[in-house]
Amino acid sequence: MKNIRNFCIIAHIDHGKSTLADRLLQTTNTISDRDMMDQVLDDMDLEREKGITIKSHAIQINYKHKDGQEYILNLIDTPGHVDFSYEVSRALAACEGALLLVDAAQGIQAQTISNLYLAIDNDLEIIPVINKIDMEGAMIEEVKDQIVDLIGCIPEEILLASGRSGIGIEAILEAIVERIPAPQGKPEEPLQALIFDSVFNSFRGIIVYFRILNGSIKKGDKVKFVSTDQEYEAAEIGILKLKMTEKKEVNCGDVGYLITGIKNAKEVKVGDTITLAANPTQEAIRGFQEVKPMVFAGIFPVVTEDFEELRDCMDKLQLNDASLTFELETSQALGFGFRCGFLGLLHMEIIQERLEREFNQTVITTVPNVSFIAYTTRGEKIQVNNPAQMPEPTAMDRIEEPYIKAQIITKPDYIGNIMTLCLGKRGILINQSYLTQTRVELIFEMPLTEIVFDFYDKLKSQTRGYASFDYNPIGYRDADIIKMDVLLNGDKVDALSALIHRSRAQDFGRKLCEKLKELVPRQQFQIAIQAAIGAKIVARETISAMRKDVTAKCYGGDISRKRKLLEKQKEGKKRMRQIGNVEVPQEAFLAVLKLDD
Amino acid sequence: MMAGIYIHIPFCRQACNYCNFHFSTSLHYKNDFVAALLNEIQLQAAANYLQDQSIATIYFGGGTPSLLTVEELQQIMQALQQHFTVTADAEITLEANPDDVTDEKLVGWKTLGINRLSIGIQSLFEEDLQWMNRAHTAEEAKQVITKARAAGFNSFTVDLIYGTPGLTDEKWLSNINWVLQQNINHLSCYALTVEEKTPLDKLIRQHKKTDVDAEQQSRQFILLMNELQKAGFEHYEISNFAKPGYRSKHNSSYWKGVHYLGLGPSAHSFNGISRQWNVANNQQYIQALQQHTIPFEKEELTKEQQLNEYIMTSLRLMEGCDLHYVEQRFGIAAANRIRTEAVAFVSKGLLTAANDHLILTQPGKLFADSIAADLFA
Repeated sequence: MKNIRNFCIIAHIDHGKSTLADRLLQTTNTISDRDMMDQVLDDMDLEREKGITIKSHAIQINYKHKDGQEYILNLIDTPGHVDFSYEVSRALAACEGALLLVDAAQGIQAQTISNLYLAIDNDLEIIPVINKIDMEGAMIEEVKDQIVDLIGCIPEEILLASGRSGIGIEAILEAIVERIPAPQGKPEEPLQALIFDSVFNSFRGIIVYFRILNGSIKKGDKVKFVSTDQEYEAAEIGILKLKMTEKKEVNCGDVGYLITGIKNAKEVKVGDTITLAANPTQEAIRGFQEVKPMVFAGIFPVVTEDFEELRDCMDKLQLNDASLTFELETSQALGFGFRCGFLGLLHMEIIQERLEREFNQTVITTVPNVSFIAYTTRGEKIQVNNPAQMPEPTAMDRIEEPYIKAQIITKPDYIGNIMTLCLGKRGILINQSYLTQTRVELIFEMPLTEIVFDFYDKLKSQTRGYASFDYNPIGYRDADIIKMDVLLNGDKVDALSALIHRSRAQDFGRKLCEKLKELVPRQQFQIAIQAAIGAKIVARETISAMRKDVTAKCYGGDISRKRKLLEKQKEGKKRMRQIGNVEVPQEAFLAVLKLDD
Repeated sequence: MMAGIYIHIPFCRQACNYCNFHFSTSLHYKNDFVAALLNEIQLQAAANYLQDQSIATIYFGGGTPSLLTVEELQQIMQALQQHFTVTADAEITLEANPDDVTDEKLVGWKTLGINRLSIGIQSLFEEDLQWMNRAHTAEEAKQVITKARAAGFNSFTVDLIYGTPGLTDEKWLSNINWVLQQNINHLSCYALTVEEKTPLDKLIRQHKKTDVDAEQQSRQFILLMNELQKAGFEHYEISNFAKPGYRSKHNSSYWKGVHYLGLGPSAHSFNGISRQWNVANNQQYIQALQQHTIPFEKEELTKEQQLNEYIMTSLRLMEGCDLHYVEQRFGIAAANRIRTEAVAFVSKGLLTAANDHLILTQPGKLFADSIAADLFA
C-alpha cells in the first residue's frame, strides 16, 4: 500500500488537463505512442467535440521512481464544468492528492478555486502546476503569486510544465510519489470501498469503479452496497489500465472495478459504500449525498409509441450519470415522458445529445425551469418542478425561488459590463475585491432562475471570455413568479408553459411568440400563437396559411433535385410533433432558450 | 421500348432574371460547343446508355436552341440520325424565343424535320417581359404563331408565366385567352419561382423587386385550371395542359419512367435505375470532349429512391399514382403503406382514390409537393 498514490487533476476548462493526462500516460508507457490518440481519457464522442471531460474515469499508471521502487499511480479524471461539481467531489474523495493545474496565460479561474476548496476540505495534498509555460502570453511569475496567495505554499513548490511539449512531466511524476501520502487504510478491517463512478456496458451490465479505503475484495466475494442494502457476487474484479485488467484480488488503498451482473441502473449510486455481506463495515463512507438537480425540464419521445424504449434508455443513462434524476410526467400535448432534473443547462444539453447519439432516440426537451416552492392559502407547501404543478393564482399564498451566491473573477475592465448584466438579472452585489491588481472578484446574490438560461453565454460575450464563474445555492427567498401559457390556435400547450418573474412576463411573452412564429413552419391553415397569463392574452403572432406548395418545373434535371429536397423535408417531419392539428418541430419546445434581447 | 433524346443548348442572348437552368450569355464558344456536342453524340452512341432503344422523341432545350444557325442544327440532326435509330414519326421539338423566329429559320427548321415548336412567350404584356428581363417584345410574341403556321408548322406549345408581381388576374386571363384564340393545342404554365442564386433572388433580397405573392400565385393557378378546363384542355401534368391527343410525348417520358439520354452541358440522362448528368459548365464540357471524354457524374437509384421518384412524378399526372403498379414493382408492403397514409389526404379532399389510383384533386394540386413528401418511403 505504501507504493500506491491516488490523485486527480483540478483544472479549469481549457487549462490543458486532458493533454497533461495523456502525457503522463505516454511518459510512463501506460499507453504506447501508436495507441495514442489525443485525449484518450475522454472516450465519449461528445467529450471530444465539446473539449470537456464530462464523466470521471480512472486509469492506473505504473511508474518506476528514481528511488528504484515501482509505484502504482491511480489517476482519477474529473469533469471541469460548473454543472458537474458532484462528480468532482466523489472523485476527490477517492484521492489523497491533487494536481492543481493553472494555465500560465489565464491564471486562476473561479471554477478552479471552488474545486480547490473542495480538495482542501477533503485533506488532499495539493501539488500546484503551472501549465502551458511555453505559450505566448505566459505570465509565470504573476500566476505563481496568485497560487501562493491562494494556497499559502512557497513559490519553490510550484512546478512548471507544458503538456503539449512534454516539459516538466518527469518532475510531476516525482512530486506525486514524494509529496502525496500513501493511502492510510487498514487491510485487516472489513471492506469499505467508495463507488466514485459507474458505466453501463451492454454485454457486462453495470461496471462499478471503486476505491478501497479499508479491507480488500476478492473475486467471488459476496458484497453489499450500504445505501441500498443489496447483496451481489463479485463476479469479476480488476484494476483499470487503459483497458480493464482482471485480478483475483484488489487490495486496500487501490482503485479498481467490479462487475456483478447488475442490470438495473437504480441499484448503483455514486458515493455509496461497498462492503462484504459476511463481515460488513460498521459505517458508510462520509460525504454520500443524493444528487440535487438544479434545473428541471421534460423529455418526451417525438413518437409517442417510443415511450417504453425511451424509459429503458433513461435508465441506462442514469446508470453512468448518477446526477440525472427523472420521474414520469404526463403532458396533454406530448403524452408520456419524464420530468428530468439536471445539474445545469450544459448537463441538459449533454443528456439530450447522448440520448440521440448513443441511444438513437429522437426526443423533445421542454422549457427548463428551476424548482420553486409554493405555499397555498390552505397552508400547504408544494415543490414546483414543473409549470403544471403551480397552484392556481386564487389558491396561492406566496411563492419562493432558489437563490445562489455567484462568484465571478474577471479583469477590472469588465466590471461595468458584469454589473449591468448581473443587476439586470435581479442580482445584488455583495462584495467586490481585488485578488491581484489585474484580477477582481465579484460576489452577487442572484435568483437561480436568472442564470440557468443564457447567463453563462452572456457573461462570456460581455467579457470576451475573461471571466470565470461559479455558484452555490444559498436557499429560498420570496419571489413574484407567474405561469405563462402558450396557446396554439386557442389550445393551451402545456409543454410550452414557463414559470417567469412578473416583471419579465410581458416582454418574455412577446419574444416567445415571435420566436415560435419563426420556428413553426407554415401549414395549410392559419396558426394563432398566443401567450397568456391566466385568462389574459399578453402577446399574439399569426402564422398565415401556406397557400401552395408545388414545384413548377419537373423535367430531367429537376427530378432528382426535387426528390432529394422532399426526402429531406420528410426527414424533418419525423422530428415534429402534432399538437391539435399543428405540426410543431422539436426545437420549438426550446424556443425560450433562443430568445434575443 | 422507345426512348428520348434531350439536347441542351447552353446559350442565351440575355439572361431572364428568374432562370436557374444552365446557360451562358457569351456566344463566343458556340462553334466549339457544337463541335463538342457532335463528339458527344458519337461517344454516347458507342456507350449505348439507351441499350439500342429506338428514339421516339427529340427535344432541343436550353438555353435558347433557336439561336443556333440552321446549319448548326442540321449538323446535330444529321449526327443523331447517323448514330441512333430515330423512328419515322418521331416527335422533334425545338424551344424557340419569339425574337429568333424568322421566316428563314422556320423554313430551315421545317426542312430538318422539326415538327413541334415550343415558344417561350411568358406574357403578352411589355411591362411583364421587361420585369423578367426577357429578350423579346410583346409584339414579337403576338406574331410568332401566325408566322410559324405560315411556314407549315401545326404543332405548338407555348410557355406562360403567372404569379409575377404586376400581373393582375385580368392580365393573366387575357394571356390565357390569347392562347385560346390562337387555337394552340398545348400550353405549359409555370408559377414564377424565385430560385436561389438567380438575379431575381438577389434583386428581391436587395428590395429592388417585389417578392412573389403565394396568395396571387395560388389564385391564378386556380383561374388557369378553370379556364382551360372550360376550353376542353386536359390538365395532364401540374404545369402542362393539352387538347386530347396533343400531349408532349417527350416531356411525358420524364414522368412515366421512359428512358432518355441527355446531351450537352448539364443535361440529365435516365435509364430506370441510374441517372447521370453532364458537367454544368461550357468550358469544362468543351475541353473534356476535345479529349474525347464525356464529363459526367452518375448516381444509382436505390429501390426507395425509385419509389419516391415514382410517387413524386406520378402524383403530378392526371392519371395519378397507380398503386397496383407500385405493388408489382415495389411490393405489397410499399403499396399498403401508401394506401394507409393516403387516407388522411383523401379525407381532407386533397386526393381521390378511385380504381387503386391516387389522384390529386384541384385543391390537392396546390400542395403536390408536401403530399408527395408525406407519401415517400
